[in-house]
Amino acid sequence: MDSVFALRYDGGVIIAADQANARSILVYQNNLDKIIPLSSHTMMGMSGPNSDLVNFSDFIRANVKLYELMNNGATLTTDAQANFVRGTLATALRKGPYQVNLLLGGFDVADKKAGLYYMDYMASMHPVNFGVQGYASNFCLSIFDRDWKEGLTQEEGVKIVEKCINELQTRFLVAQPNFIIKVVDEKGVRTLSFGEDPADV
Amino acid sequence: MIGNDILDIGSKKNVGDDPGDNLYTSGALGTPTAFGLPRVDDPAAYCSANFASCCGDKDKGQELKFAKGTTTLAFKFNGGIIVSVDSRSTMGAYVASGTVKKVIEINPFLLGTMAGGAADCSFWERNLGQQCRMYELRNRRRISVAAASKLLANTMNAYKGYGLSMGTMITGWDETGPQLYYVDNDGTRLHGKMFSVGSGSTYAYGVLDTYYREDLTVEEAIDLGKRAIYHATYRDAMSGGLNNLYHVTKEGWVKIHSIDVNDLHYMYKDEKENAMVTD
Repeated sequence: MDSVFALRYDGGVIIAADQANARSILVYQNNLDKIIPLSSHTMMGMSGPNSDLVNFSDFIRANVKLYELMNNGATLTTDAQANFVRGTLATALRKGPYQVNLLLGGFDVADKKAGLYYMDYMASMHPVNFGVQGYASNFCLSIFDRDWKEGLTQEEGVKIVEKCINELQTRFLVAQPNFIIKVVDEKGVRTLSFGEDPADV
Repeated sequence: MIGNDILDIGSKKNVGDDPGDNLYTSGALGTPTAFGLPRVDDPAAYCSANFASCCGDKDKGQELKFAKGTTTLAFKFNGGIIVSVDSRSTMGAYVASGTVKKVIEINPFLLGTMAGGAADCSFWERNLGQQCRMYELRNRRRISVAAASKLLANTMNAYKGYGLSMGTMITGWDETGPQLYYVDNDGTRLHGKMFSVGSGSTYAYGVLDTYYREDLTVEEAIDLGKRAIYHATYRDAMSGGLNNLYHVTKEGWVKIHSIDVNDLHYMYKDEKENAMVTD
C-alpha cells in the first residue's frame, strides 16, 4: 500500500513517499520516513514491509560507508550504488528475498549529472526519468507522462510531484494524508516538506 | 560400589546406563542452544499438521489452539509513559486464564508487553532480558531502549517465516528520555508515541486517540489508560480479566494498579447515571 514516486530534473532528483505504516485495517504510525539517504548525494525511496525496509537500507548504507572508509573517502557514483543495490537484491532473491521495491536517486557532483533508477523486489533495474512504485502508479504515471520534459527546474519538478499527491488523495481508496518530499542536488540530500515530522517520536 | 545402587530411586531407567549420566547430559531435556524437533517420524508433517501459526485463526482446525487474544496499550506523555494491559488468555472459545501477566518486567527500567502467542511473548522477552543483562555486564552501563528493541527485532527477523506470533511494545526511560518501540513477529520495529496491540486494540485506539493530549497530568493519563482497556474488554470477547497498569518514570517503572474490569464496568455505569441525573 506504500506510495513512492520520483522524478529527475535538470540538477537533481525529487522523491516523495507516503508516511504511513499499516497492518490489516490498522494504521500503526503516520510519520514514518521511507526515503533513506545512502550517502551524501544519494537517497532511496522504499516500499515494502518495515522489517525489510529497515534491514535492507541499513545493510546498503553500511556497505556504502565502508567503501568510502576503505578507499580514502572516494565516493561511489549513483550508477555504482544502484548496481550494488541490484546485486544485493539478486543474490538474496533465491535464498531469502528482500520484499522491497525502490527508487534510487542521486546527483554526481563530479560530472554534474542526476540519475534515477527504478528497482523492484525481483532485482530488475532500469534508469528512468521518473518512476512510481505501488498502486500509486495507476494514478500518477499518466501525470508524469503528460508533464515531464527534459530540462525541468526544481520548482517545476516539485509542482508535478504535488499534482501526483493531490491525485492520490482524491482518487486512491487508501487514505494517505501525509507525504514526505526529499530532494538531492549539488548540495546533497535534504527534506523539502513532510506531513508529520518523522522526528516527533 | 554399593553406594550408588542404594541412592538409585529408579530415575536411571529414563536417563541412561552410565551412573554418571543425568537428565541434562542425556539430552532428555533437550539442548538449550539447539533448535529441537519433535521426536516423530516426519517432523515437518507433524509440525504443519499440529503447529499451524497462531496468527489470526490459522490454528482453527487443530486439537490444541494457541493461547492468544489481548488488548495492550502504551503511550508517551509529558509525565512519562503509561503501559496498560488486560489479563485474559483464550484458546479458541475457551478462556484459559483470567490472570495472565502481560507486562513483562525485563529490568527495573525496561518493560515489555505481551500480545499474540503467550508462549512466544514470554519466552522471547525473557530471552531479551538475558541479552540486556549480558549487555550490562559487558559494557558496564544499562542498555538503551532503542538497542533493546533492536535486539528483539533482530531475533524476530532471524525466525521470520517460522510461524512465531508476537506483537510487543518495549518501553523504558534511558539517557535520551522516555522511549516507546513497537516490535512484532514480522521484524517490524517502529518508534512512536502511542501504540495499541491485540484483538481489542482498535477499541482501545478509539478512546485513546479521542482523549489523548501530550499535557495530560499523571492522574489523567492513568485514567485514560484504564478506560481505554476497559472499553476494549467490554467490546472484545478475547480481552478481559484485570487491568494491570504501569507508569514509567525517570526512576524506573512503577506498578500503579490491578483492577478487575468487571468492577470498572459498574463504576463507570454509576458514574454515567449520576452525571445524567444531575444534568
